[in-house]
Amino acid sequence: MVAGTPGMRALHEALLFLNDPANWQGTDGIPYRTGEHLLLSLVGLLAACLVAVPLAMWLGHRGRGGALTVLLSNASRAIPTLALLTALATFPALGFGNVPTIIALAVFGIPPVITNTYVGMRGVDPGVTDAARGMGFAEWQVLWRVEFPLALPLVAAGVRTAAVQIVATATLAALVGGGGLGTFITIALAQQNVGQLLASGLLVAALSLLVDGAAALLQRQVTPAALRRSRRSPRSPAPGAAAARA
Amino acid sequence: MRYLRDNSETILTALREHVTLTVLTIVIGLGIAMPLALLARRYRILAGPILGVAGLLYTVPSLALFSILVPFTGLRPRTVVIGLVMYALLVLIRNILTGLDGVPAEVRDAARGMGYSPVPMLWRVDLPIALPAIMAGIRIATVSTIALVTVGATVGHGGLGALILNGFNNNFYRAEIATGALACVALALLADGLLLGVSRALSPWSRARPA
Repeated sequence: MVAGTPGMRALHEALLFLNDPANWQGTDGIPYRTGEHLLLSLVGLLAACLVAVPLAMWLGHRGRGGALTVLLSNASRAIPTLALLTALATFPALGFGNVPTIIALAVFGIPPVITNTYVGMRGVDPGVTDAARGMGFAEWQVLWRVEFPLALPLVAAGVRTAAVQIVATATLAALVGGGGLGTFITIALAQQNVGQLLASGLLVAALSLLVDGAAALLQRQVTPAALRRSRRSPRSPAPGAAAARA
Repeated sequence: MRYLRDNSETILTALREHVTLTVLTIVIGLGIAMPLALLARRYRILAGPILGVAGLLYTVPSLALFSILVPFTGLRPRTVVIGLVMYALLVLIRNILTGLDGVPAEVRDAARGMGYSPVPMLWRVDLPIALPAIMAGIRIATVSTIALVTVGATVGHGGLGALILNGFNNNFYRAEIATGALACVALALLADGLLLGVSRALSPWSRARPA
């Protein structure tokens, strides 16, 4: 028993919290909040992909905007998630509830998807696209049927990074009135309830790892067998290009 | 502007805490990352597990990490520092390893031939050559840490994050929120620029690689 008595007591209280049937029912229950967390994250992720993938595909195809993608990923690291969430939540035009949360989630999902998609498109061997043009492919066909399929593994890596980032951001959103599993943390902090705090922290951590695992499987699915050189799929295109975290 | 004038004391205290937490995180992070990276280079088989564990830690949201730590470490600055060190590890280890792997084998061979033993080799051959990559890692870790310190406000030690959260809780006091947010971004840019300068000064023979 490395941890002192307060830690052990918190662990005990956390187990009590997780074992209490009342915490597994209704709209304040763990299943409902988990579903809410996942739904918010999924909508945010879809919105991010809808904006980022086409934009980065076009930029990558034209070979422009490299500086923009670098700037985006640097800016997303420097801007505190909490600051943007708070700023969006205090915007009266957006109202309360889920709309500002989803916008914030999408905003934080966009940079990794743009960066990875762009790098993936630029990484396509020019010989391959030249050959496609020589075979009579129109530009949009080169883009859609040659470059995009080849870039897909990196696009998926970007979506995976974005998914993890969005699940983390959704946790923070509870601090500024959003829903999801973060509400348990917010309540526990307000009530100084370390047992519930520990339990909800563990729940969020488990959810994030599950989402990352699921996204890793998806990433593997879209990576052609020949490209699966290592069992560990790449998280980001280049070393040091770690995504922003919340 | 009025807010800035009336609360300069609070803002400066928050800024000081922010800088202290960041510096502590990076220094402790480097202290842990450097031996781990060296271990991973010496025993290749350990590289996967070390980076894997750092990657798992990196996946856990900061708020969840702080929540798990608080029952054991309390509502104290150390909770924030321990949590942020766990985050910084991935970027630091990965960049140190990339830098060390970039040292050409011929150079190490030549150094060995000149009689360098392992420790002087590390200090006078490996680290100087790996420096630009290591500094790039430190810059990324520093900028991310400065942004993440704000979340520490939830456990009472978030530097400028306290202004953001306070502003939100005090009836959407925008001036306070904006001050906290802009000061954070400015601090991140300043730290990044400073570290870039240090990196260039320390390795005049090679321009620092972009992060």
